[in-house]
Amino acid sequence: MLANLLEGLFNGISIGAVLLLAALGLAIVFGLMGVINMAHGELIMLGAYTTFVVQNVFKGLGSPWSDFYILFALIAAFIVTALVGVLLERTVIRFLYGRPLETLLATWGVSLILQQFIRSVSGQFVIGVGLFCALFFGAIAIISRRADYERIQAWAMAILLPLSAAIAFFSSKIAGDAFKLAVTKPWFGTQGVDVTAPKWLRGGLSLGTSTLPYTRLFIIALTIVCLLGIYWFLNKTVWGLRIRSVTQNRGMSACLGIPTQKVDAITFAIGSGLAGVAGVAVALLGSVSSNTGQAYIVDTFMVVVIGGVGKLVGSIMAAGAIGILSYVIGSNAFGPLFSGSPFMTSVVEFFATASMAKVVVFALIVVFLQFRPAGLFPQKGRTVEA
Amino acid sequence: MTAVETKSQIQPDLTPRKRKSLLPEIITVAALALVFIFLAPALLNLMGQGSRVNQLGRFLALAIAALGIDLIWGYTGMLSLGHGIFFALGGYALAMHLQLQLPAGQIPDFFNLYGVTELPLFWQPFYSLPFTVAAIFIIPTVVAAILGYLVFRNRIRGVYFSILTQAALIVFFNFFNGQQKLINGTNGLKTDTAQFFGALVSDPRNQTVFFVLSVVFLALGYAFCRWLTSGRLGRLLVAIRDDEPRVRFSGYDPTWYKVFVFAVSAGLAGIAGALYTVQSGIITPKAMDIAFSIEMVIWVAVGGRATLVGAALGALIVNFAKTLLSEQYPEFWLFFQGALFLLVVTVLPSGFLGLLSAENVLWLRSRLGLPPKLSTYPSLEEDLEVQHERKNPRN
Repeated sequence: MLANLLEGLFNGISIGAVLLLAALGLAIVFGLMGVINMAHGELIMLGAYTTFVVQNVFKGLGSPWSDFYILFALIAAFIVTALVGVLLERTVIRFLYGRPLETLLATWGVSLILQQFIRSVSGQFVIGVGLFCALFFGAIAIISRRADYERIQAWAMAILLPLSAAIAFFSSKIAGDAFKLAVTKPWFGTQGVDVTAPKWLRGGLSLGTSTLPYTRLFIIALTIVCLLGIYWFLNKTVWGLRIRSVTQNRGMSACLGIPTQKVDAITFAIGSGLAGVAGVAVALLGSVSSNTGQAYIVDTFMVVVIGGVGKLVGSIMAAGAIGILSYVIGSNAFGPLFSGSPFMTSVVEFFATASMAKVVVFALIVVFLQFRPAGLFPQKGRTVEA
Repeated sequence: MTAVETKSQIQPDLTPRKRKSLLPEIITVAALALVFIFLAPALLNLMGQGSRVNQLGRFLALAIAALGIDLIWGYTGMLSLGHGIFFALGGYALAMHLQLQLPAGQIPDFFNLYGVTELPLFWQPFYSLPFTVAAIFIIPTVVAAILGYLVFRNRIRGVYFSILTQAALIVFFNFFNGQQKLINGTNGLKTDTAQFFGALVSDPRNQTVFFVLSVVFLALGYAFCRWLTSGRLGRLLVAIRDDEPRVRFSGYDPTWYKVFVFAVSAGLAGIAGALYTVQSGIITPKAMDIAFSIEMVIWVAVGGRATLVGAALGALIVNFAKTLLSEQYPEFWLFFQGALFLLVVTVLPSGFLGLLSAENVLWLRSRLGLPPKLSTYPSLEEDLEVQHERKNPRN
């Protein structure tokens, strides 16, 4: 019984650790800007694909390097997703502050684009899109230097947009015809890709009858490191102080000279970067495809809703609770307890699958919100918006 | 004494102001419905696009769901990402009834696959057609009312509401997807091969009936929503959207209005789901996909939120664009859809119908050389004194 309990606890915590890693970035961004980033799952997916690419690069380098690709993958995934996040913030979300529902829809659009991008990215695709961006934005940059830019802006757009699109389209078509499969073959395609864990992460730690897989332990350790890092950043650095002050009161912070725009961009970068790190963990757990991100968004949102936006502790507890509950209900860990009554046994067995466990967990979440509508650790304040 | 007298003097004129006649609108809607019923299928058949009639019928059914989304999002400002639940509940209700059109003592085929020999209890009432017809909109309404009450009671709103509805969607999806023994899980329920009024459901005669029903329910749904939003209730819904705390301070309890509008929109989604199911021949848990429920929102956004015509129009436009584009370039549809979300939110927040806004009409009139038509305060136009002064500007 005790061994069962410990194993259940471990499995629950390891589910919770992935959830927490995935939700951490979301929670910070949501706390600061009140923005729900529907593309967060796709950022996780991008992190996982970055891991795949880094793995393949290091495979080419040979033995001593290929064992430690995962450490470089962590850094690369953080950088790639942070850059994508900043791009997203600067080009889309910046214009939608104060309109959270619209932001939600816009980021959903971004997530659709990212999914399809992973499926159809190929040499030809990159040539086309790259050429279009270079031509269109290059031409706009040149024209915008003219004194009468305001007057001709609409015309310039109307001419440049189809022109550069046509040039890009035909040149990518020509490239496709000339080099055939070398450029038209999708890099990742619709099939999932697999990341193999390095040698030192295979196997597990045996404790009595049960074994704890090293990958799970690695993910738990990674989560703890990320948590400590974020805690240090938010509480001990200048920018952390600024982020906390903007979270508490944006208007007042701006009055006191804190560059809120920069704070937004930095926070978004960090939140997205954490999604990338979560992507590395996700890649270690199983096959990665363009839909991977979708599987995580709702669960991570739940962590944010339960945890509240006030403190990191809220997210930690919420992720742990959801993880343990899902595992305990899903695996029927406490089944033996109900062996006395056949009715309870059948009820418990009915819910003993991963998907039915979600049903129970959601019902519990709704019940929980009846008592604590703003989550475990709500932001304290005196706003009307209760 | 004098104070009372002055008060009685400035009593507002209580004779009802001449109301805008509803007749033209009723005639337009009826005419449009007749065009859709009689002209559109004939025209499409003439053009050799017979298969498009079925698509049109399905999209008209989706437009009913769009009306519901518009009520809750466009008017009341609550973004529900879980309307797939109600859509699917309506669809499943009708599909279950159709599955039961069997000789006495038999149960639907798929049960044999999972070794179920007895019909589950909750299937029993679906033998009756009246019950099914009622269930199509009552079950979604009740589910939405319960869920809505639990959520709105705690003043959970904004993004939190959206996330919770999405989570509820996942829960229902998991339930329907996982329970093979109860409702055939992932495979869903087929309606194509079932008997309905002495013919197959996929029979052209039956399909025509469903097409006509879709048009009729769209027209009725439009009339109903128009009635809901034109009076006090409609103004209150908009007030909740624009400033809910203030509505509360004015002595209203927004909770019940929100529960009501959520339930109504769920009922509309249920009807849409049932009509869509019989015209597409199957209902599967895929109707509770996250993506599908968000797509419903984008129909409304493209057409123009808080305009009922826009919602219906948007559903038709987006869905036809989707079929045309994904027939030609399957891999580009998602790019296009993503761009659509971004564009509608950033550049065109009031949708296509927003293009017809006052400013743009003014601009068009000035381009066409027509004099601008200005009326800042409608009540001013009716004031005799103002009109007199306008006619004699020298005074």
